[in-house]
Amino acid sequence: MKMLEDVGRGTINVFSYAGGVAELLADAVRFIAQLRIRVRETLDQAYLLGVQSWTIVLLTSLFTGMVFSLESAVQAVQYGVGNLVGGAVSFSAARELGPMLSAVVVAGRTGAAIAAELGSMVVTEQIEALQSLGLSPTRMLVVPRLVALVVMLPLLTIFADIVSIVGGMWVANIYAHISTESFITSARSVLPFGDVLKGLVKSLVFGVIIAIIGAYQGLQTRGGAAGVGKATTGAVVTSIILIFIFNFLLSYLLYGNS
Amino acid sequence: MDIYAHLDDVCVRYGEKIVMQNLTLDVVEGAITCIIGLSGAGKSTILRLLNGLKKPDSGRVIVKGQDITEMRERDLIELRRSIGFAFQFSALFDSLTIGENVALPLREHTKMSDAEIRKLVSATLDSVGLAHVEERYPSELSGGMVKRAGFARAVVTGPQAVLYDEPTTGLDPIITHVLTDTIVKLRRRLNGTAVVVSHDLESIYMMADYIAMLFEGAIVAYGTVEEIRRSPNPIVQQFLQGSEVGPIPI
Ligand SMILES: Nc1ncnc2c1ncn2[C@@H]1O[C@H](COP(=O)(O)OP(=O)(O)O)[C@@H](O)[C@H]1O
Ligand SMILES: [Mg+2]
Repeated sequence: MKMLEDVGRGTINVFSYAGGVAELLADAVRFIAQLRIRVRETLDQAYLLGVQSWTIVLLTSLFTGMVFSLESAVQAVQYGVGNLVGGAVSFSAARELGPMLSAVVVAGRTGAAIAAELGSMVVTEQIEALQSLGLSPTRMLVVPRLVALVVMLPLLTIFADIVSIVGGMWVANIYAHISTESFITSARSVLPFGDVLKGLVKSLVFGVIIAIIGAYQGLQTRGGAAGVGKATTGAVVTSIILIFIFNFLLSYLLYGNS
Repeated sequence: MDIYAHLDDVCVRYGEKIVMQNLTLDVVEGAITCIIGLSGAGKSTILRLLNGLKKPDSGRVIVKGQDITEMRERDLIELRRSIGFAFQFSALFDSLTIGENVALPLREHTKMSDAEIRKLVSATLDSVGLAHVEERYPSELSGGMVKRAGFARAVVTGPQAVLYDEPTTGLDPIITHVLTDTIVKLRRRLNGTAVVVSHDLESIYMMADYIAMLFEGAIVAYGTVEEIRRSPNPIVQQFLQGSEVGPIPI
């Protein structure tokens, strides 16, 4: 019985969480549709986000591209298909690694920052202060962060794609003596440009997830400084899980028949 | 005697905990109403009910003849623009300077030019006894100055009512006196209504037109300063005298 009750309560919590997130997103989209976007704040957020994340994206995607190439190049050369390595690396970089890595990095960095910032504004009554001035926290705080992320995450993803492909090319070259030309030719033949765009569609969705989950968790903060800590970890964990789930769904929808 | 706001049979719960039970209170227009009561009695919650930041679990909240109980967030915006809220810890936006804090409601709600805004912000800061702090950040000011900057932000748009949450708690007697005086002056200047939550009896005696005492989820006493001071209610007397003995459990 106890277990059933727990499951019941858990289900209700999941639904009320999802409902709250959907409501926040709808509210934000309404302001965006009315073009009530605070440009200055959005640019500040975009700048901050780029500055915060580009080095981590650089390092994670560089080394992931390199290790991917390392593992595939040796095998491929053994089987005499070294000319496929460029395709394999760029294919997985553009479709999966680039969007996923940059999203996970940004979730840990910026998603956490959004939750912490809004959370501390809740506990210091700054959110209520906005409301009491007749201002919507969604318009003032959530929309700029959402728009900034939706614009910046695809840009970071392009950067991640390029870095991981270049890293892979470099390792393939020194480690398995696959020439740059052969790597690029192979990449071109395997990876249609449409796939790169589909990867960017993914990162756009991930941007929405990170911004909205971070903002929702931050705005739901209860109970002082400890609450801010909880909101922050909650935002990172939830958005990373959702990124993985949505990555699967989007891969299925976008690439399912190719 | 007009009524600015009316709480009618209001109940408020946080989870299992009942904070207000069938509470009824009139806020008289053009007067200063002080709300007294123990910590955790629900005084701040009353202020939040008055501008719709908190919804009652049952009962009605009427402000300026309008029932705001079921009002949606979107429709509350108009109301909130006519009510200033000075928070207990000021709740200034710490990413903005004092000047930007006070200017924010003007920038967002009016078509005033930058020059006009700057002038009004500086005049409002002057009227609460703060000069030359526009460029400073909240973290760079003393407690009393932050309080006053919070007042300035609450009144800069000329609201019909101002809600003050513990405006003098934790401040020295001189600043307390100055702030109490400021509240009285601001109310006169705006020709409006004020609701002040406070523990500070001296400051209450100085400014209050009416006092309401909140105890165990209900208003147990209401009246003018004289009426409350002479109240035969042992709860009120124990509170006013700060005595350990009496009906209030410690
Ligand atoms: N957001 C909240 N969640 C849970 N309990 C709360 C919340 N806000 C207030 N309370 C509880 O409600 C009671 C009344 O709070 P409040 O109105 O702040 O009291 P006061 O201002 O008189 O000290 C307190 O016991 C407080 O613990
Ligand atoms: Mg309080």
